Amino acid sequence: MPEQDTAGRPSTPAQEVADFLRGRQEQIAQRWADAALFRTVFTHSRDEAVEAGRAVLDALAAVAAADRVEDAEAGGFDVVREQLARTAASRARAGSTVTQISAEVDALRPPVTELLLAEFPAAPAEHLRDCTTTLTVLMGTLRLVVLETALSEGEELINRQRLQLLEVATPVIKLWEGIVAVPLIGTLDSARSQVVMETLLDSIVEQHARFAILDITGVPTVDSLVAQHLMKTVAAARLMGAECIVSGIRPAIAQTIVHLGIDLSSVLTRASLADALAYALREQGTDIVSREPAGSEVR
Amino acid sequence: MKRTADGISASLPIHSDLDLVWVRQHVRQAAAQLGFGLVEQTKLVTAASELARNTLVHGGGGLLECAPVSRGGARGLRLTFGDEGPGITDLDQALRDGYTSGEGLGMGLGGARRLVHEFAIDSRPGTGTTVTVTSWMPGAPRPREER
Ligand SMILES: Nc1ncnc2c1ncn2[C@@H]1O[C@H](COP(=O)(O)OP(=O)(O)O)[C@@H](O)[C@H]1O
Ligand SMILES: [Mg+2]
Repeated sequence: MPEQDTAGRPSTPAQEVADFLRGRQEQIAQRWADAALFRTVFTHSRDEAVEAGRAVLDALAAVAAADRVEDAEAGGFDVVREQLARTAASRARAGSTVTQISAEVDALRPPVTELLLAEFPAAPAEHLRDCTTTLTVLMGTLRLVVLETALSEGEELINRQRLQLLEVATPVIKLWEGIVAVPLIGTLDSARSQVVMETLLDSIVEQHARFAILDITGVPTVDSLVAQHLMKTVAAARLMGAECIVSGIRPAIAQTIVHLGIDLSSVLTRASLADALAYALREQGTDIVSREPAGSEVR
Repeated sequence: MKRTADGISASLPIHSDLDLVWVRQHVRQAAAQLGFGLVEQTKLVTAASELARNTLVHGGGGLLECAPVSRGGARGLRLTFGDEGPGITDLDQALRDGYTSGEGLGMGLGGARRLVHEFAIDSRPGTGTTVTVTSWMPGAPRPREER
C-alpha cells in the first residue's frame, strides 16, 4: 500500500498512482462497468464489462509504474488498444462520434479521482495534488490511445463496408428470347458463387433459355476456386440444356489463368458480352443485320 | 491488423472469407505502389488468393506478412503466409497439379509457384505451414531463380 511505500523507497506520484490503481482495481472496475463506455459495449454481461475494466486498469498501473504516464506509445497501452479496439469498433459501428467517445473516456476519471482522494485522507495537499495531476495526465493519455484506436477502427470499418458493397448479388438479365446473362461484379467466393449458380439455373428454366452468358468483366481476381465455380456453373447449365458462355476475361486475367495452369478449354469464351450475345443469336438463328445505307445494293 | 505508412508492409489476419478479400485488396495496392504492372499485379494477387485460402481452409487460419524487399538494386514484394495448422506430410504430392486433399482443383500451390519469381514452403506435420513468395519488379536486374 502507498503509505508503507513512502517509508521504504522514495515513491514518485506515478508509482503511488500505480499502487493505488492496483489496490483499488476491483472498486474502480465495478464503477467503470456502469460507465457509458463499458456499459454500451458489454450489454450482455456486466461481468464482462468488469473484466474489461480490470484489464485496462492493469495496463494503466503498468504504464504508471514505468513512469510513462504521458507516453501513448508505452507498452502497457497495447493491452488497452486490444481491449478497447473492440469497444471502439462497436461504438463506431453504433454511429458514435469521436466527441462522444472522448466524453465517455473522460467520464471514467471522476470515480477514480474520488477514490484516490479518499485513499489518502491525511496526506498533505501538495502531495494529493501531485497524485491527482498524475492521474489526470494518465487518463488524458488513455483518451488519446482510445481515440486513436477508434479512428483507425472506423477507417477499417469503412473499408470493409466498401468491400462488402462489392459483394451484393447480381441479377440475371434476359437479353433476348432464349438468352440470359449475369454480369458478375466483385468477389466470387463460394457463398456468392452458389447464389449466382442457383439464380442462373432458375432463370434458365423460367426463361426457357438456351444460352446463358456469365460476364466476368467486373470480377477482379480469377483464382482456382473462381475457375472451379465457373466450370461447375457451365456444367450445370449444360445439364439444363443451356449453353454457357463466359465473357469479359481481361488480358491480364487470361495470362494469369494460363500460368495458374487451369484449363478452361471446356468452357466457351468470348472477349466481350456483345461478342457472346452475337454468338448466341447466331447460334439460335437470329440474325442481326445493319441497316443498309440508302442507295447501296440490295440483295 | 497492423499497417505502416508505406502502404506496403502489413500483417493481415486470415480467419474468414472477408479477410481473403482484404488480403487481395492489400496485395494489389502494395504491388501497384511498388510499381508492378497490371499483369504482374494480377499474378501476385492471384497467388496471394490461392495461398491465403490454403491458410484459411487447410491451415485453419493464420497470418499474412507483406513486406517490400530489395536485393542488388532490384525491388520486390514478399508475402509470407503462416499458419499453425496440421502441416503437410508429403510436399511433392501437395505441389503436384491436380492433387487435393479436399474438394478443390488442386492447382493452388503449383499455380502460385508459377505465378511468382521465388517460392519457398516450410511445413512440419503437427506444427504448421509457412509459404513465402517473392516477386521482383521487372526492369532492374533481379536474381531470378531458374525453374
Ligand atoms: N497451409 C496448408 N496447411 C495444410 N495443408 C495444406 C496447406 N496448403 C496446402 N495444403 C495441402 O496441399 C494440397 C494442395 O493444395 P492446393 O494446390 O492449393 O489445392 P487445393 O487447395 O485445391 O486442395 C491441399 O489439398 C492440402 O492438402
Ligand atoms: Mg488451394
